[in-house]
Amino acid sequence: MFDTSPPNLPKAPGVGYKPQHYGDILADPGAVGWLEVHAENYMGDGGRPLAQLRALAERFAISVHGVGLSIGGEDPLDRAHLARLKHLVDWLHPASFSEHLAWSSHGGTYFNDLLPLPYTDDTLARVADHISEVQDVLGRRMLLENPATYLDFDETTLAETDFLASLVQRTGCGLLLDVNNVYVACTNRGESPEAYIDAFPVEAVGEIHLGGHDAQEDDLGAPLLIDHHGAEVVDPVWALYARTLARTGPMPTLIEWDNDVPAWPVLEAEASRANTLLAVARS
Amino acid sequence: MNAFPPALLDPMAAIPPGLSDARGGPATRRFAVYRNNVVVSLTEAMATGFPVILKLVGEDFFRAMAGVFVRAHPPRSPVLAHYGTDFPGFLESFEPVAHLPYLADVARLELALRAAYHAADAAPVASDALAHPRLMEARLRLAPATRIVASPYPIHAIWRANTEAGAPPAKGGAETVLVTRPDWDPWPRSITPASARFILALLAGRPFGAALEAAGEDIDLAATLTLLLDTKSITAIEVPA
Repeated sequence: MFDTSPPNLPKAPGVGYKPQHYGDILADPGAVGWLEVHAENYMGDGGRPLAQLRALAERFAISVHGVGLSIGGEDPLDRAHLARLKHLVDWLHPASFSEHLAWSSHGGTYFNDLLPLPYTDDTLARVADHISEVQDVLGRRMLLENPATYLDFDETTLAETDFLASLVQRTGCGLLLDVNNVYVACTNRGESPEAYIDAFPVEAVGEIHLGGHDAQEDDLGAPLLIDHHGAEVVDPVWALYARTLARTGPMPTLIEWDNDVPAWPVLEAEASRANTLLAVARS
Repeated sequence: MNAFPPALLDPMAAIPPGLSDARGGPATRRFAVYRNNVVVSLTEAMATGFPVILKLVGEDFFRAMAGVFVRAHPPRSPVLAHYGTDFPGFLESFEPVAHLPYLADVARLELALRAAYHAADAAPVASDALAHPRLMEARLRLAPATRIVASPYPIHAIWRANTEAGAPPAKGGAETVLVTRPDWDPWPRSITPASARFILALLAGRPFGAALEAAGEDIDLAATLTLLLDTKSITAIEVPA
């Protein structure tokens, strides 16, 4: 069995760590109370990345966020990659570990993107097995993140919120609720983001993500939002976040900004804005 | 699902069946988002990993060439720190850069620098550690970051001219480069072929005396050892029992 306790992240804002902010974060983290790193960036044998992470872990709770495990894939999990992940988690003892409801590898090729899967009884069983394997190997409970998706599968029979709730029930995993992904995927599907939040199994949520997206149009001129983590969080997503907090109560909340990374004060200001809404949720 | 993965890397492949925009509309532009994400993100990884190659051929050409490379040689592992080991071989056979024969070895140097950046940490020996009574039979362990790249082209001069402000333009012939990592930043440095033979013998685990023999008479041993000590590259001196 594995440790089923909730993640130990503070119910405060965090940011996705970028090496260019190392000095700024140590000098004055402002509203930022914890940091998230992508697991795959810390799988070298040594050097500056691991040295910086070790130094940051002395000051901040760290969330390790995997982007390459391909939990939603058709293939068996990559055992070598799972072993690398275990090595990192055993070394760092992060406050939380999370991954995605998506696939990124197939037939031995790694695509470096979070790709979508149909929601059926078959995929539910397979993803549940993968989550259980991850939790058994790591010896801890993981959080699974809802994806930003751009299309749907004709074979899908289950709503995403029901799919996630079933995974929680079958595996005991927690959920990482990415509010920007909800806004992006629901808009792309022509559905209500508010209804999605209202249907989400909030009792399993252990962390929230916020990030920026790009707005385009599809072949028929319908809105096509693209999750790119390269801009500020837009107002409708902040409103959806406030609605989410009303259901979950205060939650560790991450600002993700991975592309066109801004100067530290811009990122800290986003964390500060999240903190204002967290303060309301605490009261 | 079967048609989905291969269609990501093949721009000529049809959009896989069974996909829609959830209102029954076509998924053409929606699938294109994933296709674009895959190739653009891998191209970006290549641009990050080979900044000197990018500078040598120009940004637009590099991105177009990397697009060809990533489709032909997609990653086999989610750890992109090691992605691109096939790139030197690709450059050797990619017709549009046939007039730039030094590119492959410059790419090998960039791979060596990246590998050194992520190599395991190791504490160096004290600066007087070589004053050892049985040095000739000892094995010198070198830091895991230590690499040697040899080329018939002046790859170190080319690397400097494209990374250091005010560095002289690259000219000359063959160069052998020692890559070390004194602290956190990999440091390439041109060395003589004799020094390279000595260091390669040490890396192969041969005793000091045998490495010296492999190096040949024209090695400047004092300079070579000073370089290894100054770059914190000697991590242990092991004498057989």
